[in-house]
Amino acid sequence: MIGFSRSARINIGVMAILAILPVFFWWTGQTFYLSLATRLVILAIAAVSLNLILGYGGLISFGHAAYIGIGAYAVGIPAHHALYGGMDFIASNNGFFQIALAVVAAAVFALITGAICLRTKGVYFIMITMAFAQMVYYFFVSIEEYGGDDGLVIDTRSEFPLVNLDQPIVLFLVSYVVLVLAMWLVNAIVNSRFGMVLQSAKGNNDRTVTLGYNTYLYRLTAYVISGAMCGLAGALLGNFATFISPEMMDWSRSGELMFMVILGGTATALGPVLGAAVFVVVAQFLSELTIYWHLPFGLMLIAVVLFARGGLSGILRGKGS
Amino acid sequence: MTTLLSVKGLKKSFGGVTATDDVDLDVIKGELHAIIGPNGAGKTTLISQLSGAVKPDAGVIMLNGANITHKPAHTRARLGITRSFQITSLVMDMSVLDNVALAVQATDGHSFKFLKPARKIGHIRDKALAMLAEVGLAERAEDPTRNLSHGEHRQMELAIALASEAELMLLDEPMAGLGPEESATMVAYLKSLKGKRTILLIEHDMDAVFALADRISVLVYGKVIATGLPDDIRSNDAVRHAYLGEE
Repeated sequence: MIGFSRSARINIGVMAILAILPVFFWWTGQTFYLSLATRLVILAIAAVSLNLILGYGGLISFGHAAYIGIGAYAVGIPAHHALYGGMDFIASNNGFFQIALAVVAAAVFALITGAICLRTKGVYFIMITMAFAQMVYYFFVSIEEYGGDDGLVIDTRSEFPLVNLDQPIVLFLVSYVVLVLAMWLVNAIVNSRFGMVLQSAKGNNDRTVTLGYNTYLYRLTAYVISGAMCGLAGALLGNFATFISPEMMDWSRSGELMFMVILGGTATALGPVLGAAVFVVVAQFLSELTIYWHLPFGLMLIAVVLFARGGLSGILRGKGS
Repeated sequence: MTTLLSVKGLKKSFGGVTATDDVDLDVIKGELHAIIGPNGAGKTTLISQLSGAVKPDAGVIMLNGANITHKPAHTRARLGITRSFQITSLVMDMSVLDNVALAVQATDGHSFKFLKPARKIGHIRDKALAMLAEVGLAERAEDPTRNLSHGEHRQMELAIALASEAELMLLDEPMAGLGPEESATMVAYLKSLKGKRTILLIEHDMDAVFALADRISVLVYGKVIATGLPDDIRSNDAVRHAYLGEE
């Protein structure tokens, strides 16, 4: 693999393991681990989307789980009406329609809330993004048609020609491809002219404005892209779980996404994926050992933040301090 | 002799403190206009109002005959005003070249361009490198900005101001914190810019000011007490009194 930098080799290696291992689980019939891997990959997409604004934009959104919920309900609601009637204009099992609805609804929500949130800074930004996410949470709690806080069962997964998401390995592979595309897109964006402005605004907003950039608009654009991408992750998560509920967008879920990004390493290509992987796998095994698994888990995060600036990907690249 | 920047009746107070008190100021195209005054005279606040970082309470700012009083900072930058900062203001996490390239990029249309790698856009990189070479930092181009010395940061500020191609450069104490040799280099460099750019210079170093300025305005307690040629300012009683009274 001459010609690749050390970090590129690590990225390729980790992504290869992430592709091969689940296929091996499927081959050997270990469906539990395959489904764990699928959940991991879907959450990794959400973490990658959050990393765009948190890592590269310096915007600490504490409401990203809202987009997962919006994406999931964009699958669940059309599927619900396709089965039980009503709301004919959105009743559909068509996967393309559902995915488009998820992405557009998430983007619109990001545009409206982002336009308001981005007027604030620092801790106010954190609080207001969380407040908007809680608004969506209570909105879905209040709609009895879709199960209120009991949630909604998705009877039929998104339907695509030739691709059957009912097969776990297919759902995994689709999610994996989406993850790779999301990573590619975020990487392209942050290295583009747009990305330079976004990162500069994070490092020094006054300077960036003085150069003639309306940083508000650049941040809002990144916020919308990130929200739309996370909505797509939500649509996949709805298909994966076949059960959706407002609990998916509880504020603690937003915290978990932040946890993944910070644990893995902000503003790195692989960080959010590593963070999601460690989060999902460690949470799984610790919770099998003890019901008090949050305690060692929290200590782990504190240790990573204190001793490994740059998170897990920083450790992997050999720049732990 | 056309007026590039014209300020009339500019006022700004913070709580009970009047930082800018009815300031009138004209900057002529092509001149190097220095603003001097004791500490706390409101020099930086004035610059911040001109660049758009601070909103004035009253008054009018005209650039090339257009009223820009209520234009936001990023619009003023596009219209041709750039500023350097008294306290170094750079993006420390980015490389030296990236910092300057971002200023060049701002002159090259909008930046809502998402896919092409910015670091591979030849004409932007080349121009940024040329600006760095001009201030003597070409060899540090790929270094992280935070690794550079204070003096080099001041040079970077200048390279960025140059790269922006702004008609009017507002330089807020470019010599702040520099040693004698670095100061001399900076003075020589600013001298070489004379006539090419219009510069509004705030500076404490009187030797530098009198060596460089075409005209000087003296700001005391937010008021312009005198404007004129260097020799007139040197012999102005009010100015002497203000400075001697302070020290």
